[in-house]
Amino acid sequence: MQEKNIPLIETVELRKLFKLKGGSMLHAVDGINIKISSGETLGVVGESGCGKSTVGRLILRLIEPTSGQVLFNGQDISKFKGRQVHDMRRNMQIIFQDPYSSIDPRMSVIELIAEYLFIHKVFENKMETFNRAAELMDMVGLARRYASSYPHELDGGRRQRIGIARALSLDPKFIVCDEPVSALDVSIQAQILNLLMDLQEEFKLTYMFVTHDLSVVKHISDKIMVMYLGKCVEIADFDELFENPLHPYTNALLAAIPEPDISRRNKEMKVIRGEVASPINVKPGCRFAARCDDCMEMCRGNDPELIETSNGHSVACFKRVKAS
Amino acid sequence: MLENNDNGVLLNIENLKVVYKTDLETVEAVNNIFLTVTRGRTLGLVGETGAGKTTTALSILRLLPAATGRIESGKIEFNGQDILKLDENMMRVIRGNRIAMVFQDPMTSLNPVMTVGDQIAEAIELHNGKMPHDEVNRRVENILQMVGIMPQRRLEYPHQFSGGMKQRVVIAIALSCEPELLIADEPTTALDVTIQAQVLNMIKDLRDRLGTAMLLITHDLGIVAQTCDDVAVMYAGEIIEAGTVEDVFTGDRRHPYTAGLFNSLPDLRSQAKRLIPIPGLMPDPSNLPKGCVFAPRCGNRMDICEKERPGPVQKAKHRLSCHLYSLDRSSQHQEAM
Repeated sequence: MQEKNIPLIETVELRKLFKLKGGSMLHAVDGINIKISSGETLGVVGESGCGKSTVGRLILRLIEPTSGQVLFNGQDISKFKGRQVHDMRRNMQIIFQDPYSSIDPRMSVIELIAEYLFIHKVFENKMETFNRAAELMDMVGLARRYASSYPHELDGGRRQRIGIARALSLDPKFIVCDEPVSALDVSIQAQILNLLMDLQEEFKLTYMFVTHDLSVVKHISDKIMVMYLGKCVEIADFDELFENPLHPYTNALLAAIPEPDISRRNKEMKVIRGEVASPINVKPGCRFAARCDDCMEMCRGNDPELIETSNGHSVACFKRVKAS
Repeated sequence: MLENNDNGVLLNIENLKVVYKTDLETVEAVNNIFLTVTRGRTLGLVGETGAGKTTTALSILRLLPAATGRIESGKIEFNGQDILKLDENMMRVIRGNRIAMVFQDPMTSLNPVMTVGDQIAEAIELHNGKMPHDEVNRRVENILQMVGIMPQRRLEYPHQFSGGMKQRVVIAIALSCEPELLIADEPTTALDVTIQAQVLNMIKDLRDRLGTAMLLITHDLGIVAQTCDDVAVMYAGEIIEAGTVEDVFTGDRRHPYTAGLFNSLPDLRSQAKRLIPIPGLMPDPSNLPKGCVFAPRCGNRMDICEKERPGPVQKAKHRLSCHLYSLDRSSQHQEAM
């Protein structure tokens, strides 16, 4: 069964450099290789500006990569043109962070949900299209009485449900969830996370879940990739990453989360110094070196490669690779 | 200085009720709350968006939007003096000088066309009359050093600072007059986790060194656990539970809403995949339920909850507003069965 071994989504040395005024280059995504098998969820974590959202958008070709490939079911979609891109989007969708700025405020809920169905001419008449949209409302837990409401009348949680219904409307196989719960309160966040997990199970969806919140990503992911300044620094199964974090940056991220547990109150919070360096005209060498306590001579000037240390656990750090 | 013979109570809010009135509706943002900040301690005010946390903070400083916001009743005592009775001139002496505030978004609370040094100096000069220039400058440099910014950077403009650094500048301005009370409204929400950890550590450190009392507004129970001494949980304009962190985080009696909040938090240490959300949504503050504000979402709802608003039940410092813990609970409970 060769089919089985092909990951649903694969990127090969995906790279995006933005040209800035004066000829400098902003390294947003710098050589990312990921594989996501069908039905799996890959969590992508990192701080603002690390390129995590750009990866999601590159995969959907909402922005064009500078170099590298994106394979969907083994097929290189980075060369697709016009009609092919249009058709490809039926299989790949995105849920955006801010459900308010990503939808047209002058369309009603049902129109918003039916929008993609009209664009792709899925049904022959309006009646069928709106019926399907109403079904989608049920699926994401939006009461049908909101069908003719406008987005400003709804709260954040319901607006995000519209975003989810839109993404689901074309029966995609793969959905990029770009910080879908970051703007929501905890009690609503839990509702939306559960909904996303239920939908995944029901429709065998494959997710790439982009977030800055490690505790959220742990709940929903099978694998987690940690990014820092456009590079993947560590990738592992979700439980492995939390039990045995290798990269100093992953450790720092984990240590920086304030935990709702007062027994850990007086433990010294290990705080990394400094701030994320600029992604403009990056020099070779480990991107994290300037903030790292374990920085060695070779970390400056040489790029650490992502090396597998144990089954499915890869890390890009000279020291950790040597140690294991 | 005023006498303080009240167990170190610095700020005492009683029965505060704040409404926003527009032509269309009246929003009951804060309903008869009680709140106490003790000298040298940090009170965490937690709650979800729209719970009334920021409105509470703005009423302490009397900064509610003049066109719509009204304090209907209650009193806010600062050092034993009811500041709701002060006129605007006297309020300006307190505001920024004795009670300072750090706002959520450091990007919008700094003046983009003034150097950060001048902005800190402005606060010092405003509250210290005729302080000589040299001394103002010295204080600016000291305060920058205190918040971990190199004093040379006082000549730079806000856009030259990163988000975390800007928030340090805002904190420097707030602390420049050595206030007795610092109100910090979601001071780290706009920051990345590693920067948040740096800023929180700095706030804790300065608070301990200067002995400032703090009212920390946040939606993050993790931050409360790591920085606060006391907690008040706010829901739909009411403080439904308050006490020491031990009472609220590990106590055996808990408001169902607080319990629900803890359950819906994604836990780093648990193996469970599914979360336990609180069903439903916060009620519309222009149309609050007649009984307990949490009743429509509550798993322990009884008949009485829909009819009567629960009064607070107090045990030591722990105060709960829930019929489950009301004195006549047993009889009501049977009725519900």
